[in-house]
Amino acid sequence: MAEHSNAPLVEMKNISISFGGIKAVDDVSVDLRPGEVVGLLGHNGAGKSTLIKVLSGAYAKDAGEIFINGNKVDIKSPRDARANNIETIYQTLALADNLDAAQNLFLGRELMTPFGLVDDSAMEAECRKIMGRLNPNFQKFNEPVSALSGGQRQSVAIARAVYFNARILIMDEPTAALGPHETQMVADLILQLKAQGIGIFLIDHDVHSVMELCDRASVMKNGKMVGTVKIADVTDDDLLSMIILGKNPMEKEDV
Amino acid sequence: MTDMTSAPVPQKDDGNLFHKLELDMRLLGMIGALFILCIGFNWFTDGRFLTPRNIFNLTIQTVSVAIMACGMVFVIVNRHIDLSVGALLATTSAVMAMMQTQILPNSFGLGLGHPLIWVLAILSGLLVGTLIGAFQGWMIGYLTIPAFIVTLGGFLVWRNVAWYLTSGQTIGPLDQTFLTFGGTNGTLGTSWSWVVAVIASIGAVWAMWSSRRSKAGHGFPVKPVWAELTLHGIIVASIFGFIAVLNAYLIPERRLERMFEARGEVMPEGLTVGYGLPISVLILILVALVLSVVAKRTRFGRYIFATGGNPDAAELSGINTRLLTVKIFALMGFLCALSAVIASARLSNHTNDIGTLDELRVIAAAVIGGTALAGGFGTIYGALIGALIMQSLQSGMAMVGVDAPFQNIVVGAVLVLAVLIDIIYRKRVGAK
Ligand SMILES: Nc1ncnc2c1ncn2[C@@H]1O[C@H](COP(=O)(O)OP(=O)(O)OP(=O)(O)O)[C@@H](O)[C@H]1O
Ligand SMILES: [Mg+2]
Repeated sequence: MAEHSNAPLVEMKNISISFGGIKAVDDVSVDLRPGEVVGLLGHNGAGKSTLIKVLSGAYAKDAGEIFINGNKVDIKSPRDARANNIETIYQTLALADNLDAAQNLFLGRELMTPFGLVDDSAMEAECRKIMGRLNPNFQKFNEPVSALSGGQRQSVAIARAVYFNARILIMDEPTAALGPHETQMVADLILQLKAQGIGIFLIDHDVHSVMELCDRASVMKNGKMVGTVKIADVTDDDLLSMIILGKNPMEKEDV
Repeated sequence: MTDMTSAPVPQKDDGNLFHKLELDMRLLGMIGALFILCIGFNWFTDGRFLTPRNIFNLTIQTVSVAIMACGMVFVIVNRHIDLSVGALLATTSAVMAMMQTQILPNSFGLGLGHPLIWVLAILSGLLVGTLIGAFQGWMIGYLTIPAFIVTLGGFLVWRNVAWYLTSGQTIGPLDQTFLTFGGTNGTLGTSWSWVVAVIASIGAVWAMWSSRRSKAGHGFPVKPVWAELTLHGIIVASIFGFIAVLNAYLIPERRLERMFEARGEVMPEGLTVGYGLPISVLILILVALVLSVVAKRTRFGRYIFATGGNPDAAELSGINTRLLTVKIFALMGFLCALSAVIASARLSNHTNDIGTLDELRVIAAAVIGGTALAGGFGTIYGALIGALIMQSLQSGMAMVGVDAPFQNIVVGAVLVLAVLIDIIYRKRVGAK
């Protein structure tokens, strides 16, 4: 694929998707550059998760186009998204409760022995390594994830998204279940990944952490895009009023 | 991420003996139940239940249901159900019977007893079973009709396709070589049975050591050597004990005489020959082994369990859950056909009612063996023990002289009770 040096890493143009007559996402456009964190904000049911699920291949869009590095791509399944180096932390975490952390980490991409059998020991070793970085306290490697706390489960989901060297990372409320210390660790992780040139979509209800971590923020309301702003140009209150009133304070450009 | 389990040392010494042996409590419970059942029946029948002869018969009667129960584990783990296995067994049995008695001899001119007959008959049966299974799986996976409905329909359809194919007639006698898959007519004899015992023991010990080596290689905790050796001892002893029992069942003198006559020889005076391991049981053991490896160590197996645990997560991980459903039901169909070989060979004929009620026995065996109907959990060895428990109950009660209606009442009650115990057990160990 040709790399258009000035093209965004991801460009979602005029995306629409509806569920039985309800327009969950209505003609929304967002973009993301390498090393950039773009926050997605909006009230409950605004359409944030639905929008990113189009990018991660979970939902098929009704209309719109997706470009990666300036090339039009057709993402029809989660496999297609993974093939484009898109990794996702879903709001629901998407873990198989009956499998352990390592089996979830590698689900769909198992490490194999030379005999073509899944190599659980090797996967557990890798899992211990990455969890050691993300959550050094984690020890429950031989238990199904149903036996983990909400935060522990979330750290497994984060490990899965980070492990495979994504270039595009989607995080749908990644810190919802985390304690303050762990939330800070995820914040550090985001900055670290950003420094590596990874583009991140971050969905978060906490305006504060969006102000801290993001370069730009896109606000949605009732499936429509209210506007995209540079974080440097706005205050907490500006963002809040965009979310609540659905009006763009800059009152200019943008869709 | 907060204050989780703090134990920093991954060392396994919870003090408890069972923990050290890493024995599965559920497995022990099932074996215990089977043990008590056998001892009980043995007591009530004045020692007739635990004779080599009865154990031999028990195992060959269990094979057909046990093979299908192994497949049913995958189906149920994947959150589906298959109510059509008994009917599918009948259809594939009918196909194979028609092939060997009519189609191959008449249309293809293969003489009776031609070695190709049994091969082609079995291959066609396996093919038909796999295709029908795949077709049902396609309706479930791609057309999203619930498995309950598809296989309930299949239950009626395939039972009556079998009837139609054979006009309801008993078809036989079946090919002589084909009959060796039935049990009594095809055993390895004592020497080869011992060979199997040796190979199986070496294989089991090797598998356990290599798993241990692989764990140790990554620096994971392993159980103490004495525990490992104790387990090896128990397993090797069980294997040799089982073969010894089957070898101890002697071929009746008259039958032996006839076998010698058939070969134009005279039986030496006072000769005794043991049956040894039936080929059908050997097939069951191989199926169970292969499917255990499939369940634990292949992508296919991993995806079945992942999908059973959380279908959405499996889908989001890039697993093609629809195709997976087709494969699972194709495998189930294949196993039904394999069971049909063994069931019809055991009866020496294809009969119109072959496999009747097998769907219920198969599901019961899987469920008694700890397969959770909610999906996500189940083991092959559990299904095997479940099938053995069902068969022991049934033949035990028949030997004791329990009236037929009571036999079924007890079996039904035991099924419900087993699931209740399982639910209580799961709650105790923390909803896993
Ligand atoms: N699978 C679905 N079927 C039907 N409707 C859906 C589906 N998924 C989402 N919706 C609807 O689409 C709208 C947007 O939902 P979405 O999950 O994208 O919201 P969100 O912005 O992520 O909200 P939250 O902050 O609560 O996570 C909602 O009205 C929701 O009810
Ligand atoms: Mg959401």
